[in-house]
Amino acid sequence: MVRRRAHGAPGRATAVAAGRWFRLAAGVGLVVASLSAPAAARQAPPPATRPAEARPVVVGSKPFGESYLLAELFAQILEARGLHVTRRFGLGGTEIVFPALRQGSIDVFPEYTGSGLLVILKAPPVSDRAQVFDIVSREFARRYDARWLAPLGFENTYAMSVRTDMAERLGLRTLSDFAAVSGEMRAGFTADFIGLPDGLPGLRAAYGLTPKTVSALAPAVKYQALVDGQVDIIDAYSTDGLLARFPLTVLEDDRHFFPPYDAAAVVRGALAREQPAAVAALSELSGRLDVTRMRALNARVEVNGEAAATVAHDALVDLGLVTGGGAVPAAVTSGQDGSLARYLWDRRGVIAAMSARHLWLAGVSLAAAILVGLSGGVALSRTRLAEPVTRGVGLLQTVPGIALLAFMLPVLGIGTAPAIAALFLYSLYPIVRNTVTGLREADRSAIAAAEALGMTPWQVLTWVRVPLAMPVIMAGVRTAAVINVGTATLAAFVGGGGLGDPIVSGLALADSRMVLSGAIPAALLAVLVDVTLAGAQTWLTPPALRRR
Amino acid sequence: MADLALDARGVTKRFGPVIALDDVSLTVAHGECVALVGESGSGKSTLLRVFNALTRMDAGTAHVDGVNVATADPVALRRAVGYVPQDGGLLPHWTVARNAALVPVLTGRADSAALAAAALDSVGLAPANFGARWPHELSGGQRQRVAFARALAAGPRIVLLDEPFGALDAITRGDVQELFLALRRRTHMAALLVTHDLHEAFLVADRVAVMHAGQIAQIAAPDVLAASPATPYVAELLHRARVVPGAASW
Repeated sequence: MVRRRAHGAPGRATAVAAGRWFRLAAGVGLVVASLSAPAAARQAPPPATRPAEARPVVVGSKPFGESYLLAELFAQILEARGLHVTRRFGLGGTEIVFPALRQGSIDVFPEYTGSGLLVILKAPPVSDRAQVFDIVSREFARRYDARWLAPLGFENTYAMSVRTDMAERLGLRTLSDFAAVSGEMRAGFTADFIGLPDGLPGLRAAYGLTPKTVSALAPAVKYQALVDGQVDIIDAYSTDGLLARFPLTVLEDDRHFFPPYDAAAVVRGALAREQPAAVAALSELSGRLDVTRMRALNARVEVNGEAAATVAHDALVDLGLVTGGGAVPAAVTSGQDGSLARYLWDRRGVIAAMSARHLWLAGVSLAAAILVGLSGGVALSRTRLAEPVTRGVGLLQTVPGIALLAFMLPVLGIGTAPAIAALFLYSLYPIVRNTVTGLREADRSAIAAAEALGMTPWQVLTWVRVPLAMPVIMAGVRTAAVINVGTATLAAFVGGGGLGDPIVSGLALADSRMVLSGAIPAALLAVLVDVTLAGAQTWLTPPALRRR
Repeated sequence: MADLALDARGVTKRFGPVIALDDVSLTVAHGECVALVGESGSGKSTLLRVFNALTRMDAGTAHVDGVNVATADPVALRRAVGYVPQDGGLLPHWTVARNAALVPVLTGRADSAALAAAALDSVGLAPANFGARWPHELSGGQRQRVAFARALAAGPRIVLLDEPFGALDAITRGDVQELFLALRRRTHMAALLVTHDLHEAFLVADRVAVMHAGQIAQIAAPDVLAASPATPYVAELLHRARVVPGAASW
C-alpha cells in the first residue's frame, strides 16, 4: 500500500476499478456527505474566537481510508482551535495532492516520510527514521517551501505477513528466516509491489527471496487468500485494520530493507507564516498516534464502517485534545444495514445535487469540445493537416486521467477548472475525427455538382457538406458525450465534485453502497444523455438521410 | 452577345508531368452542339472543366460568351452556364423541387420556385408528382432528368454536359437523349458534351471533336468525320465503333 499510496495513479479507464484496491473493510457514509454537501453545511459552525480575516485552512487527503482519517483529525483539531477549515479529501495520489499543495490549492495533507523521500524527492532509500525525516524536512523546505511537522508517531510500512500457525511450525520470525524456505512458498502481492524496485525485486536482492510462485492479488482478496492457504505470504501494511483480525505474523525486516514510512502533516510554507495558529494546532497531534491506536482507529473505519469524522472525534477526545460532546460533525448513519434502495432514497437530495454537478461538468466540457472540434474539423478537413492533427488529438486519449490532471495542476490548480479542461481534451477526439471523416466521405458527386453550378465555398460547406456529414458528426458527439459522463468521475481526484466523489470514497473505504450511489446515477445519466442526443441527431439529420 | 458561345485558344494544362491539354483550340457557336469524344485520359473532361473554371489553365485563353474565364468571377461564371454531370449529382438531402431551383436561388431570383417547376415540366416530370420527392426515391433516368432541369431552370444560353447519359441503361439512355434533342430544339442553347460513345456523339452533336493524348485529332460534322478520318487514330476509332462511312446520319 505504501507503493500504491505513493504512486496511486489509476489510469483514466481504470480509475474506478483501481480504487477498489485501496481498502477492504466496510464503509462509511459521512465522507461522501462531507464531500458533496454544500460548502456551508460542510464546515463546523465558526467558533467565536476565529479571527474574522483569516481564510479557511484547506485540508487535503489521498483517496484511501487512513488518509481520510488523518485529514479528518487535522480538520477537527484546527476547528477545535477556532480555525475555519475547508475539506478537500480523496484527491488523487501523491502526484495530485503534492502539486496541489505547492500550487496553493490545499494547505496541509497527511504524507509518509518514505513516500516523500522516494516518490517526491526521488532520493535513494535510507533506513534510519530520523535521517529520513531530516532529509525530507530539509529538502521540502528548500525546494518546495513546504514544512513537515513533527511525525504523528506511527509508521505505515510494508508488513510482510504469513499465517501464524505456519510461522510457528517453521520457526519463521524474520524475512531472512522466510527467505531460507521461500523456494517452497507461494506469494500473493499487489501488482505494483511485484514490479517496483523497492518491492519484490529489491526483496529478492536484499534477502534472496525467491518464492515458488508469485500471484498478483488485489488488496481486497489478499488477506482472505492468505488465511485460506492459497498463498503463504502477502504484502500487508502495518496499520491495516485487518491485520489484527486474522491470526497472522508480521515478519521482521531484519535487514532494514524497507524505508521508514512515518506519517506526518505536510503544510505549505505560506500557511506556517500567515497562520502560525494552524501549525500550532496541527502540531498538537505530533507523537500522539502510535501504531496500535492507529490500527484500532483504521479498523473502526474500515472494518466496522464507522464514519471517519466520528472516529476522529472520538480519538481527539480520547487523547484529551478536545472535550467530549461538543461539536461532533453531523454524521450520516453509517454501517451496511438497510437496503440499497433505502440508502439511495435517504440520500436522494445529495445524489441529485451531485448528478446536476456531474452533468454540468460533462456538459460544459462537451459544449467547448463541440465548438472547437467542429470548427477545427471543418477547417482541417480539406487540408493535409487533417490526418496528423486528428491523430495528435487522438494521442490525448492515451494519457491517463490522473496524469493529465497532474500535468495541468500547476496552471489550473484543483477543483472545477482542471476537471473541465481534462474532459474537454478527452471529448475532442471523437468529435474532430467524425467531423473530418464525415465531411470527407460526404457524397462527392453532390459536392462537385454544387460547386460546378456556382455555390460559393461557404455555401458548399453549410448547405451541402455539413448537412451531409451531420449523421457522422452527431455520432461522434454522442460518443464523446457518453464517454464524458463516464470520465467525469475523475473530477473527484481534483476536488471537482460530481458523482465521482462517492465512487472514489466508496472504493477507498470498500463501501459498495456508497460506490453504487455514484455509479448507478452515472450510468443512468449516460443512458439519458445518449437518448437525448439520439433525438438531437435525428432532428439535425436531413430527413432524406435518416434511416437509410 | 459575343460571336461565339465558347472559345478556347492554345489551352495547355499539365498535371505534374502529364500533359492533359496540349495547345488545344476549340470554338462552339451559339446554338451549336459540339461533342468531345475520346478515351479516358484523352483530356476531354479537362477541356470541359476549363470553361467553368474548375480547371485552371497553364497557358492559353478561354472565353465563355465573350467573358474571359481567367479574369471572371468563377462563381458568377458557373451560375451563368448550365452543367449536367454523369451521375446527376443531385443533393441527396434536398427535394427534387429544391434541387431544380438551385441556380435561380443562388442568383437570388424571386421566381425560383416557378422556374424550377417549369424546368421539371420541360423534362417530363410533373412538379406536383415529383417536386416533393427525395432523389433516392427516383429511378436513374428520373434523377438525370432532374439534373437537366436543374441545369436549365435559370435559362442559360450555354450548357456543359459531362457524360450526361453515361450511367444510364440502354433504354433509359435513349429516352434521355431524345429529351436532350428536344430541349435543344426548343431553347437553341449551345452545348459542349463529353462522351466516350461515338454513336451518341453522332446522334446529338452538330460537330464532333475527337480527342487523343491532350490534342484534338479532328473536329468535323459527323458525316464528314465518318467519310474522311484525318488521322489513323480517328480511322481506328471509327472502325472499332463500326461506323461505316456514309451511314453516319442516324
